[in-house]
Amino acid sequence: MKILSVLFISILSLFNSETPVVGGYKPGDTATDFKLKATDGKMYSMSDYKDAKGFIVVFTCNHCPFAVKYEDRIIDLAKKYKSKGYILLAINPNDPIAQPEDSFDLMKVRAKEKGFTFPYLFDEGQKIYPQYGATKTPHAFLLDKNLVVKYIGAIDDNVEDASQVKERYLENAIAALESQKVPSPALTKAIGCSIKVKK
Amino acid sequence: MKKIFCLSFLLSLFVLHSGIAQELRTFEKFDDLEKAMIKENDTLYVVNFWATWCAPCVKELPYFEAFNNKNQDNKIKVILVSLDFNKQVDSKLKPFLKKKNYKTEVVFLKDKDYNSWLSKVDADWSGAIPATWLIQGKKRKFVEKDFKNLTELEEHINSFNNQ
Repeated sequence: MKILSVLFISILSLFNSETPVVGGYKPGDTATDFKLKATDGKMYSMSDYKDAKGFIVVFTCNHCPFAVKYEDRIIDLAKKYKSKGYILLAINPNDPIAQPEDSFDLMKVRAKEKGFTFPYLFDEGQKIYPQYGATKTPHAFLLDKNLVVKYIGAIDDNVEDASQVKERYLENAIAALESQKVPSPALTKAIGCSIKVKK
Repeated sequence: MKKIFCLSFLLSLFVLHSGIAQELRTFEKFDDLEKAMIKENDTLYVVNFWATWCAPCVKELPYFEAFNNKNQDNKIKVILVSLDFNKQVDSKLKPFLKKKNYKTEVVFLKDKDYNSWLSKVDADWSGAIPATWLIQGKKRKFVEKDFKNLTELEEHINSFNNQ
């Protein structure tokens, strides 16, 4: 059994060193819809938003210092783009046993404290994030109305300080989508905490 | 003049001796760090990327310290590159270093535009830490993993030497 787990870990580390994003989407792929529970107790799917021009799916969580640094920026993005027809959905991908601060109950607390105006969803059983290929919190995905992936990666180029941002990758990608152009870059590296999986 | 010189000499001796002189070397950009710290010669550079907020990083630092102390007489340079938040240098990083009192050189990289430099270390680096970069001459090896003990670190470095 031990040998098996060692073998498994070495296979995992092999993947880690050679292909950081195992599976997951690339720009141009069509993303899967989901039906996940939000902190308001309701279930949400992208198909609920018939008039949306696109979706900003952000894998994020409570505990990660990077996610915390991006919280206000995520709140602002949700507000700013909702009026333009883009729906922001935040998903916590972490296993609460591996990371107790990211439990569904504490998600509710955080959503209330910060006054989230967007659904804060829980990836119960960790079924969705591997399909997307999210590896970090925060990790942003921009989808068009047909759920075609347009951008994957970081929200912007300064994790630490919103006032020092030079490149707004995600917003630039939305602007490109608005003008029917291909975002450039369409792929950046998301900087943050690794997604927590039960050992 | 001579007196002042003597005094400042004595003072600097005192400062050096008490360790206060060990200022945290800080780099604005990754390129500055690379240029200043890494030379293309026969020295083996063991560069570890870490931060105080990263628990597995903090856990493996003693293995790098032990490796550094064991290899004082060899052409090996261990560098611990902190990626701490800029706003936590005084509140977290410096107190941490003071407490640990590592002999291994620690430098601080301020560059938070990760997408501008991660690929210069390794194209496949997702940005996760801990991560360790071995450099000798033109040879490079990068891993995004944590070492469980000194032996595992030494084996990793040996396999690089025999590569």
